[in-house]
Amino acid sequence: MEANAVISLRGLKKSFGSLQVLKGVDLDVYQGENLVILGRSGSGKSVLIKIVAGLLRPDEGSVIVLGQDTSRLDIRAWQALRTRIGFSFQNSALYDGMNVKDNLEFPLVRNKRHLSSRDIDDAIAKVLDDVGLSHTLYQMPAELSGGQKKRIGIARTLILQPEIMLYDEPTAGLDPVTSVEINDLINEVQQRYNTSSVIITHDLTCAKQTGNRLVMLSEGKFIRQGRFEEVFDTDDPRVKNFYNYNFITDHERTE
Amino acid sequence: MNISRFFLRIYEIWRFVVQFFKEVFLPPYEYKEIVNQFFQVGIRSLSIITLTGFITGVVFTKQSRSSLSEFGAASWLPSLMAIALIRALAPLVTALIIAGKVGSNIGAELGSMKVTEQIDAMEVSSTNPFKFLVASRILATTVIVPILALYMGFVGLMGAYLNVHHNEQTSFTSFFQSAFTKITFLDIWMLLLKSAVYGFTIGVAGCYNGYNASQGTVGVGRAANTAVVVSMFLIFIEEMIIVQLTNYFKHGG
Repeated sequence: MEANAVISLRGLKKSFGSLQVLKGVDLDVYQGENLVILGRSGSGKSVLIKIVAGLLRPDEGSVIVLGQDTSRLDIRAWQALRTRIGFSFQNSALYDGMNVKDNLEFPLVRNKRHLSSRDIDDAIAKVLDDVGLSHTLYQMPAELSGGQKKRIGIARTLILQPEIMLYDEPTAGLDPVTSVEINDLINEVQQRYNTSSVIITHDLTCAKQTGNRLVMLSEGKFIRQGRFEEVFDTDDPRVKNFYNYNFITDHERTE
Repeated sequence: MNISRFFLRIYEIWRFVVQFFKEVFLPPYEYKEIVNQFFQVGIRSLSIITLTGFITGVVFTKQSRSSLSEFGAASWLPSLMAIALIRALAPLVTALIIAGKVGSNIGAELGSMKVTEQIDAMEVSSTNPFKFLVASRILATTVIVPILALYMGFVGLMGAYLNVHHNEQTSFTSFFQSAFTKITFLDIWMLLLKSAVYGFTIGVAGCYNGYNASQGTVGVGRAANTAVVVSMFLIFIEEMIIVQLTNYFKHGG
């Protein structure tokens, strides 16, 4: 494991039945960086971060997060580690039955039991202000737009002040303007909360705006890594096709 | 489903039940959610339990009268109704109604939370979704169904009384004196005990199917449906076993 790596994956393999999704992945995520993992749908990107967050177990390989080998953690140790990891879901995963305030309060009151109700209210007000949605405090998730849901989902993870942020397709299903706003928010979170982030996406605009470093996952393995320009400076058809399809319009494609 | 998958499913359900007992007794406790679930299962079901209990009492009395009258035994109606309601109808009808109303709701709600990753979101935010979602719901159905069954027994007897009073001009006091001559404390305890078993069954079936839902919206529908079908099926099996055991202990076989 590299000295300043916050996440270190070695020889990671994962299969679902006969389908091998990850075929021996090695990866280091360094302190303070925004790492983008690019890849087509079904390439195993989401599986990778779900393994990091402990939602899935790898078949083989080691996962070291913030210096802890996750295969050796018991339930309590996992719970303690998870307070240091934020996970923003593709569909936001806000709790339907709770308003925004209760959504934000939920992880806080269960993990920081010593906090007074005033401390909790202050923490909620701060994260809502950070994501620019202070006016939504008592709204239900069904009353929020897609972009607002993403922001509240990010706020819910930020309330525990994590050291690592994992974003699963942060701009999926959003219009271009809202996508850019979410990209800006990801960068703001990195600077304001001093987080290290892993951003899973197939949106090249998101990758370019947020990523300090990119890795490209194809058929269960990383095939390219580096800065945005470095990753796409290749004749590899898998990379070329991915780039072209992101920037060619639907109209051009049908022509 | 082949035989090995069947036993694997039984083992999974067993582990689910064991985990419930661990989570429900070990702190921290989700007081607020438990009270919320008591409200959802209890108060929200009161109107339908009242209606069905009352109608059961009236209809069962009406249907029984002609048979008893043939033998000149219409005066036995109060005790017959008390026996029928307390020993069988109230717990069974309450459980079936709660299975349909609450069991399907639990299956659909948890199933929907599962497929939209809300349960995963709880897990990654270092909270315990099983304690919050499952333990609170199973506890609520286990505690509330017996109370509702007792209530339905009372409402059913009120329905029976109105019918008897209308036809035979029996007074309220004499109806209930007559009704309770054949009812013992054992009958009341058995009503509470078997209703608790039915409530537990409804909670486990709803939570297990919802918590393990997959395959998107189809999975949500399947979870709700399976929760109801399985719990109704198990309730009838349990009723049969409990009646046999009760008779065995009462009459020695």
